[in-house]
Amino acid sequence: MASRGGTSRRVPENEGAITYVQCDGLAVMKIVKHCHEESCSNMEVAQGALLGLVVENRLEITNCFPFPKHDEAMDEEEYQLDMMRRLRRVNVDHFHVGWYQSADVGNFLSQSLLESQYHYQTSIEESVVVIYDTKKSARGFLTLKAYRLTPQAIAMYKENDYTPEALRNLKIGYESLFVEVPIVIRNSPLTNIMMSEISEMIPEEEGSKFLDLGTASVLEGQLRSLMERVDELNQEAIKFNRYQQLVVRQQQDKHRWLLKRAQENAARAVKDEPPLPDEDVNKLFKPHPVPPRLNPMIVAGQINTYSQHISQFCSQSLAKLYLTQALQNAKDGKQNN
Amino acid sequence: MALNLTVKVHPVVLFQIVDAYERRNADSHRVIGTLLGTLDKGVVEVTNCFCVPHKEHADQVEAELNYAMDVYELNRRVNASENIVGWWATGNEVTNHSSVIHEYYSRECREPVHVTLDTSLAGARMGLRAYVCVALGVPRGKQGCMFTPVDVGLTYYEPEVVGLQLCRKTMAAGGRSRQVQPMVDLAQVAEAASNISSLLEKVLEYIEEVLAERALPNDAVGRELLELVSALPDMVAKSFADAFSAGVKDLLMVVTLAQLIKTQLQLNEKLTLLTSQ
Repeated sequence: MASRGGTSRRVPENEGAITYVQCDGLAVMKIVKHCHEESCSNMEVAQGALLGLVVENRLEITNCFPFPKHDEAMDEEEYQLDMMRRLRRVNVDHFHVGWYQSADVGNFLSQSLLESQYHYQTSIEESVVVIYDTKKSARGFLTLKAYRLTPQAIAMYKENDYTPEALRNLKIGYESLFVEVPIVIRNSPLTNIMMSEISEMIPEEEGSKFLDLGTASVLEGQLRSLMERVDELNQEAIKFNRYQQLVVRQQQDKHRWLLKRAQENAARAVKDEPPLPDEDVNKLFKPHPVPPRLNPMIVAGQINTYSQHISQFCSQSLAKLYLTQALQNAKDGKQNN
Repeated sequence: MALNLTVKVHPVVLFQIVDAYERRNADSHRVIGTLLGTLDKGVVEVTNCFCVPHKEHADQVEAELNYAMDVYELNRRVNASENIVGWWATGNEVTNHSSVIHEYYSRECREPVHVTLDTSLAGARMGLRAYVCVALGVPRGKQGCMFTPVDVGLTYYEPEVVGLQLCRKTMAAGGRSRQVQPMVDLAQVAEAASNISSLLEKVLEYIEEVLAERALPNDAVGRELLELVSALPDMVAKSFADAFSAGVKDLLMVVTLAQLIKTQLQLNEKLTLLTSQ
C-alpha cells in the first residue's frame, strides 16, 4: 500500500521531520492488551509511554509500557524513570518517543490531550501520540493512528491566546490542529517464525468478527454522541453570536454618545460656554471579553472525527450487505434452476 | 503437585520473549524472565512477562532477583490482578541451572510453571513447551525433582487476534519481512471477500474431483458441506429484498447526514474566522 507522504509538505522547515512511524509487532500487541484490559474493567482511558528511537525520517517504536492509573499516592515521574531504568538493564531502547492513549471511536481530541502533547512535543522534538480505538478494534478492525501537533497549534498554545484574531493570524482551524503520521508495522524474522508457529494453534475462523452484519447498536451509539457534540457546538455558536450582537450594540451606543457630545459642544460654543471635557469613551463603554475559541474548535474537531468514522462504518456495512445479497441471489438462482 | 495443570499463553508473552532474546547481551546464549498471570481451577493463564538479567557460569547461575521483585512491583501498580505464576527461558532443553532458578520461583509462588520457547530453532520449529517440577525420589533418601511436561496452548482476547492477523501480514514469501499498514475498514472487508471466494473455489474443486470419481468421498467432509450450504438463512426472496433495501437506505441516509455535517462544519469554520471586529 502506498504510504501517505502528504504530511511531509506540511513541515518543510523542520529538517528532522518524521514522515512515518514504524511500530514493532511487540509494541502493537502490548498496546492492544493494555487498552483492552482497561476497557473491560473500567471506562477510563488507558495511557502509556512509547519507547524507541529516531532513524532518518522515521520514528521507530520498539517497546512500550503502561502508566498506572492516576493516584495521589504514586509519583508518576518516578514510576516512569524507574521503569525506563529497568528496561535499559535488559537492553530495551530507553528513549522516550511519545505516548499512547485509548479512545472510544477514535475520539481523542480534548483539552488535556492538547496540553499533554504540547508538553511532550516541546521537550522531545519528534514525539507522537498514538491513539488506539477500543470499540472499533473490539469489532474487528485494528485501528492505530499516530498524531503530531502542527507548528501552528504549538504556536497557538504557547501564546495561550484563543481569540478569533489570533486564530486567524495563525490560519488555524479544527482541521489543522493535528497532523496524522502514517504507521507501518514491522516484525523481525524471528518474530515472523514465532507467528507462523502460533497461527497453527489458532483456528482459521477466529478474528472474523468484523464480518458481523449488525449495525444498529453501533450506529445508535455513534449518532447519539454526535448529537451531543452538535448540541455543544450549537451552545458555543450561540454564545459567540450573543457576543457579536453585544459588540454591535455597543458600537451603536458609542456612536450615539459621541454624536450627542458633539451636538452639546456645538450648542455650548454658540452660547460662548466652555466645551464639556472630553471623557474617555472606552471607560464608559467597557469592551466585552471575547469568548475563547478553543472549545468550539475542539468540539468541531470531535464532530469531524465522528462523522468520518460514521461514513467509514456505513461504507463497510454496505459492502457486507452487498456480499450477503450476492450469496442469497446465488442460493435463489440455484433453487430456481 | 498437580499434574493436571494446563498452561494458556497469550501472544503478547511470546512476542516479549522473542524480543528479549533478540536483545540479549552478546555473551549470553539464553535469557530468562518471570511469567505473570492468574491461576484458576487448574488453568494457568499467562498474560504478561518480563525479562530478568542473569549470568550463567559453568557451575553456578546468578540472576538479579531484586530486579525481578522491583519490576513485579511496578507492574502491580498498573495491573493488580497479575501474579507471578512461573518463569520462562529460551532454548530447547532444561538444564541444571533451571532447577536452581525454579527453586527460587517456587518460593515466590505456589506452583511455578516453567515455559520454554525454542529460539534456537532446533528441529526447524520454534517449540513452545511448559513444565512443572515434580518431586521424586525414595522416601528417607535424597529427594530430587524432575521437570514434567504439561499441556500448553494459546489463549487470546478478541482484539489480540485482530492484532495478530495484521502482524501476520508482515510475513512475505521467501522469508523476507515487509511492512504493513493498519488497513482501512473497506479494504479489510474486500480482502475477506476475496478470501471467501478463494476458499469456495477450493471447495468446488474438491467436489468436482469427487464427482468425477477422481478422489474418494469422505463422510465427515460431506456433512460439513451440507452444514455449509444450509448455513444461509432460508428467506423468501421478497422479504430478503425488502430487508436488504431497508438496510441500504438506512446506511445511505446516515452517510449523507454525516457528510452534510462535515460540510457545515467547514462552512462554520470559514465564517467564524472571517468575522472581523
